[in-house]
Amino acid sequence: MTATSDREQMAYVAAQAADARVNVELDTGDMTLNIGPQHPATHGTLRIACRLDGEQIIVAEPIMGYMHRGYEKLCEVRTYPQCTTLINRIDWLGSFANEVPFILAAERLMEVEAPPRAQWIRTILFELSRIANLSLFLGDMGVQIGALTPVFFAFRDRERVLNQIEEVTGGRFHPNFDRIGGLKDDIPKGWVDETRSVMVKMRTFCDEMEDLLVGNEIFQARCRGVGVIPADVALGHGLSGANLRASGVDWDLRRDANPGLAWDQIDWRVWTHPDGDSFARYWVRLQETREATRIVDQLLDGIPSGPIMAKVPRIIKVPAGEAYISTENPLGEMGYYIVSKGDLGPFRVKIRTPSFNNISVVPWVMKGVYVPDVITILGSLYFILGDIDR
Amino acid sequence: MGDQPTPEEIPPSDEEREGLLARLSESLGEILVDSHLRPHEDLWLRVRAQNWQDAARAAKAAGFAYFGFLSAIDWHIAPEGRYEDTEFDAGLDEEDDEPVELDASTGYAGGDTRFQLLMQLYSLDRQLGLLIKADLGEDMTVDTLRDVFPGADWHERETHEMFGITFHGHPTLHPLYLPTDFEGHPLRKDFPLLARQVKPWPGVVDIEEIPEHLEAQLEAEVMAAFEAEEGGA
Repeated sequence: MTATSDREQMAYVAAQAADARVNVELDTGDMTLNIGPQHPATHGTLRIACRLDGEQIIVAEPIMGYMHRGYEKLCEVRTYPQCTTLINRIDWLGSFANEVPFILAAERLMEVEAPPRAQWIRTILFELSRIANLSLFLGDMGVQIGALTPVFFAFRDRERVLNQIEEVTGGRFHPNFDRIGGLKDDIPKGWVDETRSVMVKMRTFCDEMEDLLVGNEIFQARCRGVGVIPADVALGHGLSGANLRASGVDWDLRRDANPGLAWDQIDWRVWTHPDGDSFARYWVRLQETREATRIVDQLLDGIPSGPIMAKVPRIIKVPAGEAYISTENPLGEMGYYIVSKGDLGPFRVKIRTPSFNNISVVPWVMKGVYVPDVITILGSLYFILGDIDR
Repeated sequence: MGDQPTPEEIPPSDEEREGLLARLSESLGEILVDSHLRPHEDLWLRVRAQNWQDAARAAKAAGFAYFGFLSAIDWHIAPEGRYEDTEFDAGLDEEDDEPVELDASTGYAGGDTRFQLLMQLYSLDRQLGLLIKADLGEDMTVDTLRDVFPGADWHERETHEMFGITFHGHPTLHPLYLPTDFEGHPLRKDFPLLARQVKPWPGVVDIEEIPEHLEAQLEAEVMAAFEAEEGGA
C-alpha cells in the first residue's frame, strides 16, 4: 500500500515538475525531415530536406541530381537528328512538345522553314501532348490531398490522347517524330475524326474534374491561400507556364513569342488567375486543358494540304551561328540555346527547362508553411523530375 | 487579355530591337563591349565581366524583369574531337569527301576568352528577349546575380559545378547535380566523355543499303502496293 502511494506521490511530483517546465519554456528543438527521394508528390526522385520547428518549416532545401543524365554534354557528341531521341526524355509526359523548340532552333540556323501542313500537325501534336500531360496533373493533384478517384479518371482519359499520339507517331511516350524541315510522316486516314471525338471526351473529363475537385470543400480548404507566390517573385525566379499565369502575369509564349507554329491563326485565349496560390495553379491548368481541346478542334478543321517535309539535305549540317527558341510547353517555357560551328552536331546546347526554374522557388515559398501543405505546394507547382535534372 | 493581336498591330520587331539597343547602349555606357542584332530574331549584348551585375540591373531597369536562364559557353575546341571513329561521323560526306571545317569565330557579339557567360531575359511589356554575354578572365570570377534575380541562384550553382566559374557573393556554391566528391567540370570541352571513349558509338549510318539480291524484289513489292492503292482510289 505504502509503495503504491509512494509511487503515486512521485508520479504526481514528476508531473507537476513537467508541467512547470512546459509553462516556463517550450523547447522543441529543430528536427530534420526528408521528403523524398521516393515520394509520390515528387514525380520522380526529388528530395526535399526540411528543417522543422514543430509542424512549421524553417528551411526547405530541394536536393536533386538523382536523375541527372548530362544531356547538354551528350548532345555535343551527337548529330542533330540523334539529339531528338535524348530530348524526348526530358519531360516524359509531354515528349513531343520537347522536340519542337530544338527542331525550330536548328531550322532557324539552317534557314529552313517547314511547310504549313507540317507546322499545323506539329501544333496539333504539341497541344495533344499538353492535354496528355496536364490531364495527369488534374487527377494527380487529387491524390496529393487524399482524393483517390480523380487519378483513375485521369489515367483512363489520358490513355485516349496517348492512343491518338501513338497512331500518328508510333510512340506513346517517346514519339521522336519531329524532323528538321518537317515531320517524319503524315497523319493516318480517319485520324482527324477520331481525335475530334477524343477531344469531346477530354472536355467531359475536365468537367468531371471540376465537379470532383474544384467545388470540393476539402480541396478548397487545403489549396486556397496555400503557397502564395506573388507576381514579382514569380518573375524574378523565372517561373513559367501555369505557375506564372496563376500569379496573375498574362504571359504565354504561344501568343507573345510565337516561333512560327499555327497558334496565331486560330482563336483562343490565355487564362490567368490573380491569387497565386495552389488553387489558382490548379484552376489555370484546368482551364488550359479545356482551351487546348478547343485549340485542337480548330486546328483539325483547318489543316492545310501540301507536303509535310521541306527540302533538306540528306546529311544535315547546320551553318555556324547561335539561336535561342523557346515554346510554351505543358510545364512552362522550354528553350534550347544552340551554338553551331557548322558541324553535323551542335557545339553547345543549353537546355532551359521549365521545372528547374519552377522548383527554384521552393525554398522561398516553403518558408513557414506547415508539413501537410508541402505536399499541396509540390503537387500544385507540378514538375517532372526529368525536366529538372535533364 | 488573350485577344490575338492582328498582324497589322504588331510593330516591326526590327525597329523595336534597334530602339532597344540604342536605349540599352546609352544606359550601359562603356560597360557594353559589343552587340549583335539579328532582325526579327534576337539581340545579343556583350558586357564587361566586372560589370556583370550592373548590366543585369540596367537590363532590369529597362523592363527586362523576367529571368530566363544563366549558363556559360566553353569556346575551346574539344581536344578529343567529337569522339567519332567512322567516316560518316567524322563529317566525310560521300559526295564531296571534305571534312567539316569548324567555324573559328566565337559567336555573335564576339568574344576574346575561352569561357563566356550567357544570360537570357525577357521583357513582358515589349514581348522581346535579350541575351547578355560576358567574357570571363583568368580568375573565372564574376559577381552573383542573386540580389537582382533570385532565380539566378540555382543557375549559378549549376554553372559553377559544370564550368568551374566562381560567383562572388554566392553563399551556397555547393554542387547541385553532381555528387559532393565529384572532380572536374563536366561541361568543359576538355572533360572527356568516358563512356564514349571506352565503347565505340554504334550509330554509324542512318541509311542502310539494301542488299543487291533483295533490291529487285523490294522494288516489285513497292510498285505492286502503289498500283493497288492507285486502283483503289
